Amino acid sequence: MNHSVTEPSRLQKWFAGTLVVIYALVTIMPLTWIIATGFKSPADAIAYPPKLVYEPTLEGYVNLFTTRSRATPETLAQLGPPQTWYDRIVRQYDMVISGPSRYGERFLNSVIIGFGSTFLSIFLGTLAAYAFSRFRVPLKDDLMFFILSTRMMPPIAVAIPIFLMFRQLGLSDTHLGMILLYTAVNLSLSVWLLKGFIDEIPVEYEEAALIDGYTRFQAFYKVVLPQATTGIASTAIFCLIFAWNEYAFAVLLTSGTAQTAPPFIPTIIGVGKDWPAVAAGATLFLVPVMVFTILLRKHLLRGITFGAVRK
Amino acid sequence: MADVVLKGISKTFGTTLAVDTMDLSVPDGAFVVLLGPTGAGKTTTLRLIAGLETPDSGTISIGGRSVMADTPAERNVAMVFQQYSLYPHLTVRQNLAFPLQSPLLRTPPDVIERRIREVSEVLRIAHKLDNKATALSGGEMQRVSIGRALVRKPQVFLMDEPLSSLDAKLRADLRIELKRIHDDLGATLVYVTHDQIEAMTMATHVGVLDAGRLVQFGTPREIYEAPVSLTVASRLGQPRINTLPAALFGPAPANAAFIGLRPEHIREGEGREASVARVEHLGDQTRLHLVVEGHPLVTLADPHTPLRPGATIRIAPHNPLYFAADGARLV
Repeated sequence: MNHSVTEPSRLQKWFAGTLVVIYALVTIMPLTWIIATGFKSPADAIAYPPKLVYEPTLEGYVNLFTTRSRATPETLAQLGPPQTWYDRIVRQYDMVISGPSRYGERFLNSVIIGFGSTFLSIFLGTLAAYAFSRFRVPLKDDLMFFILSTRMMPPIAVAIPIFLMFRQLGLSDTHLGMILLYTAVNLSLSVWLLKGFIDEIPVEYEEAALIDGYTRFQAFYKVVLPQATTGIASTAIFCLIFAWNEYAFAVLLTSGTAQTAPPFIPTIIGVGKDWPAVAAGATLFLVPVMVFTILLRKHLLRGITFGAVRK
Repeated sequence: MADVVLKGISKTFGTTLAVDTMDLSVPDGAFVVLLGPTGAGKTTTLRLIAGLETPDSGTISIGGRSVMADTPAERNVAMVFQQYSLYPHLTVRQNLAFPLQSPLLRTPPDVIERRIREVSEVLRIAHKLDNKATALSGGEMQRVSIGRALVRKPQVFLMDEPLSSLDAKLRADLRIELKRIHDDLGATLVYVTHDQIEAMTMATHVGVLDAGRLVQFGTPREIYEAPVSLTVASRLGQPRINTLPAALFGPAPANAAFIGLRPEHIREGEGREASVARVEHLGDQTRLHLVVEGHPLVTLADPHTPLRPGATIRIAPHNPLYFAADGARLV
């Protein structure tokens, strides 16, 4: 066996490449299926055997964003021919659009709560991680363990106490309540991850800045923070993905004003087994996290190997 | 520029006494080198002066004013670290500008530009100003970090083995550069090193530290020629001072336990018989390893010495140093 570090052979490259492609296909399958279903008609969506070739339609998206009601032939006749492309789609089923659906609101709630809690988790997490990393904190190890212990049980285990607490405090079904809750859950992750990143930044840099005429906070802001961007970016992605996809708390604690998209999307099913609309909702819901991750991608690659490489 | 006075400074880390009731007075404009083995408290002393550590007891004053309540920034000292000295996310220019842009100085941009130009020319880094700090070689990095100390005009320069990570050639160049900068600026400098050449060539004063205590303070010559103890004597001199039983070469002063011989304390041609064990040609010097009555001894020889291992010569001490059993020198 040759253990030296050499260029892999053609066969090795080919084999590795095939593995990667197969893995990518497996992960991408459900995703492509959801995206495809979003462009099917309800009949095609539940066809058996499943249809790989179909006539694409925006019906799912129209249904996702509207509420519709059945109209009598007389009413339809009164209304005259459909005015827009989405009217036309709805009329096929003898329906009229009676107003917008709540998807837009729910989506916006997800954006506010997801990004709000991510920002707060990173902001508080960075400050806490810096303190844990640099200062002599009494009972540091115990505190760090305690912070992590909030992650040791499934969220649903604490759902009832949190539900009661939120009701008492008037936080039920509010944006603030959900932001605070997701921040509380994400903080353990962000403090631990960020402490690891900040530990890797030699303290000499801050000492140099202190001597160069800066205060402790200025040294943190001007010297530590720019070097921690990798860690902050990757931690932010993890926090956002959690807050974005969280279902259990959202279903339990929100119903009206602050409901996020994950508990809303399945409720579309109730309105006439509308799988394309559900798929359309899920597809659009993917976009922000994807954009956010792609924007921070170059940081993520280094961030995920944290601790593994010495500079 | 200013003087630095430490009075009765002590500092412990956990159970380790890093600095033990130290009194040190650095005159205005002096180049003080702190010498000592690892763990002697050299770096801690520097960090105490800088304000990065708070002493357990004692007072520190800079320029006649107590700085005990001052933050590192307020002390107006510049420090060059052994490593990790440059901000890796900034360019060389930004690194040099950093101290000048501090909220304490708020230097106008044109002055910053001028200072950077001056300093970068002195340190021959002008062509690297727009490089990222991480894209420099070790020597360039250390020059930039010295530059970062030079751009502002601090009361005191503190340097913690700034040349130790460099190769011999660059070390020699920068040694001369630092000495020249000191002469030009008339700056007060406290410099920590292991390297005796740095100590001997640059220092106006040498402080020898051992186990957290300042055991001797004086000019390099004084430290070399009149060490107060065996510990101090063995800090300077290449090859190291030879320590032998006091009576090996005949009558010794009362209380003397050891005789200390540097190469210049050894006269050849008379006295006791010594056999040559090894001849080492180091290039700049030739070392003669001798054995006198079973005691090894190292001295210098002429580069073209005809002596070969196995040869016998006679040696006698000439104005040697005598030490008591506890290491204190007998005068």
